[in-house]
Amino acid sequence: MTQDAIRQRERRVGWWLITPALLVLLLVFAYPIGRAFWLSLFEQNLGTELTAEFNGLGNYARLFGDGRFWRSLWNTSVFTLVSIVLELVLGMAIALVLDKSFRGRGLVRTAALIPWALPTAVMGLAWAWIFNDQFGVVNDILGRIGLISEPITWLGDPFRAMLALIIADVWKTTPFIAIILLAGLQSISSDLYEAHSIDGANPVQSFFQITLPLLAPQILIALLFRFAQAFGIFDLVQVMTGGGPAGATEVVSIYIYATVRRYLDFGYGAALVVVTFLLLIIAVAIVGYLLSKTRINVTGER
Amino acid sequence: MATLSLENLRKQFAPKVVPVKDITLTVKDGEFLTLLGPSGCGKSTLLRLIAGLETPTKGTVKVGEKNLNKVPPGDRDMAMVFQSYALYPHMTVAENIGASLKLRKTPTDEIKHRVGEVAHRLGIEHLLDRKPGQLSGGQRQRVALARALVRNPDVFLLDEPLSNLDALLREQVRADLKQLFRSQNKPVVYVTHDQTEAMTLSSKVAVLKDGVVQQLDSPDRIYTHPSNQFVAGFVGSPQMNLITLRCENNHAIMGDFKLKLPNLTRNPSKVVMGIRPEDLAVASSEDAQTIQGKVFLSEQLGREELISLNVHGSEDIVLRSLVPSDHDWEGDAITLMIPPHKTHWFDIETGERLNREDYSPPVDSVPATAQNRAE
Ligand SMILES: Nc1ncnc2c1ncn2[C@@H]1O[C@H](COP(=O)(O)OP(=O)(O)OP(=O)(O)O)[C@@H](O)[C@H]1O
Ligand SMILES: [Mg+2]
Repeated sequence: MTQDAIRQRERRVGWWLITPALLVLLLVFAYPIGRAFWLSLFEQNLGTELTAEFNGLGNYARLFGDGRFWRSLWNTSVFTLVSIVLELVLGMAIALVLDKSFRGRGLVRTAALIPWALPTAVMGLAWAWIFNDQFGVVNDILGRIGLISEPITWLGDPFRAMLALIIADVWKTTPFIAIILLAGLQSISSDLYEAHSIDGANPVQSFFQITLPLLAPQILIALLFRFAQAFGIFDLVQVMTGGGPAGATEVVSIYIYATVRRYLDFGYGAALVVVTFLLLIIAVAIVGYLLSKTRINVTGER
Repeated sequence: MATLSLENLRKQFAPKVVPVKDITLTVKDGEFLTLLGPSGCGKSTLLRLIAGLETPTKGTVKVGEKNLNKVPPGDRDMAMVFQSYALYPHMTVAENIGASLKLRKTPTDEIKHRVGEVAHRLGIEHLLDRKPGQLSGGQRQRVALARALVRNPDVFLLDEPLSNLDALLREQVRADLKQLFRSQNKPVVYVTHDQTEAMTLSSKVAVLKDGVVQQLDSPDRIYTHPSNQFVAGFVGSPQMNLITLRCENNHAIMGDFKLKLPNLTRNPSKVVMGIRPEDLAVASSEDAQTIQGKVFLSEQLGREELISLNVHGSEDIVLRSLVPSDHDWEGDAITLMIPPHKTHWFDIETGERLNREDYSPPVDSVPATAQNRAE
């Protein structure tokens, strides 16, 4: 048998082997996506008595004029951007501390992961209590140290409600970023820092010229995960503010949920899902592209 | 003009971990000091103390009259080549070489000029735009060297820079290094556990064991007059024959033979005799002091043959000797002469060299003494 024939047979066997996986993927990814897109071309709501009527791109046209959608997109972006930046900065600080060896480091490292391991709904409820205007810990502390004279509303104020959400999210996911960054930090060999200090660098210069560039892949990976997660945030908002007050914290997924479950507007809901999905894919693709580029850049290999 | 001096340097990591015990030595401009010793004897630690990467537990590091104990590594004006090279993986070769200049706010033009110059001298100009990950081991080694040379520092420190190269390349780079540092005329401290490197490169060798200098001397004196049994056994390949012998009125007994002892500083009942395999020659008739034995193993080394023999009268004494490889010696009886002036005698307990009478250092050389030693 010739080399070519062997290879061809190998390839055929290979296809057979991945067929089940491909089928499962088609079933759980391609089918729902295709179905959502198909649905988004129909009008199916209380107005049509829940029968599907073909509507072409009508739902998408409606979407462009829908101020509530754009507002929820804006809310989502604010939430995503601010929480990710804070999480990256804090996560980096924690990772740098955990990278130093000190007594009880293992314990601290494990303890740091607890917020991340908690179910979001549970910890959202806890934070809702923490920010409660009558009985909340935050108001109590602020009152005791004399920063406020009477209790302030947190979750009832548009700006402060968003702030509270961001604080809760940062508290929950900073450990996750810290652990990813810590793994990166520990893969940087210490003699690079030593060589750099002999070259005349102070610790700050070493951080910006050695640590950050070599950590770029981990930072991007953390960004990717967190972006996808924060952009689709639902449970935390649902539990803490329900999207209020007056839609000030209504993020995209909350709006979609309301459209489908409350207004039973299935066709339009599907259109919203498709657009959000595309936006997310584009963002992830950009980060993924940057990631593959830094991989090559950092090591110079491949 | 700079002289690097270490005074009573000690580094203790933990009560039982003291890789550097008490080391005093100086390295002048143009001097090439090699720290030679087995793995774990504290060579790297000593170098890191000099560079300022570790703070000494006791003692001082000085350049000229200036005490550097409180000076951070970046301000010491020393360049170091790491065993792992420690090249910055995300920077190009040019950026790697120029990093120290950039950190010192050197104008861009000058950086470019100096990097180009050093790269030219080391033959790595064509690699300047590459990343370290795209270089071979030998090329990386050159980049690491270039990074040290470009700074024109007061002192050069090198930690086993050749250990990652293959044997052939190592030999070639060794010769380059020698030329390069001769033209620098700066103190160089070079760490190695390869004695050939130590012998060929250095103007001075410090043999270390357990954080203590065993002998500080010129390479040829280390070889011809090892100051104790450890140095004798560590330096030289094939290794020196070191044999414990019984003494009887001024003679050492080796099997059926008697070897005359020189005037030793002490008269012990047992001694360790040392003789290098190449100093044991096939005896011709007029040789006064000879022994006979039976060859049980011969190893072909190319130009010569390394034979192992049992001395007549004592089956457990094994001598190894380098003989011309014109003849297959295996199984033969052989008569070897033992030249008295090339025989070394060591104390059986302390390992100290005993025959000091032939020890007449040339006027200008640094004496190999026990005062470099701290016990
Ligand atoms: N930071 C440290 N903490 C504790 N012990 C250390 C530290 N650095 C080195 N040592 C110990 O000091 C001893 C000497 O180490 P060093 O690296 O100086 O050896 P070396 O002579 O360079 O060996 P090699 O030839 O293998 O490189 C070793 O036993 C090592 O375990
Ligand atoms: Mg070492």
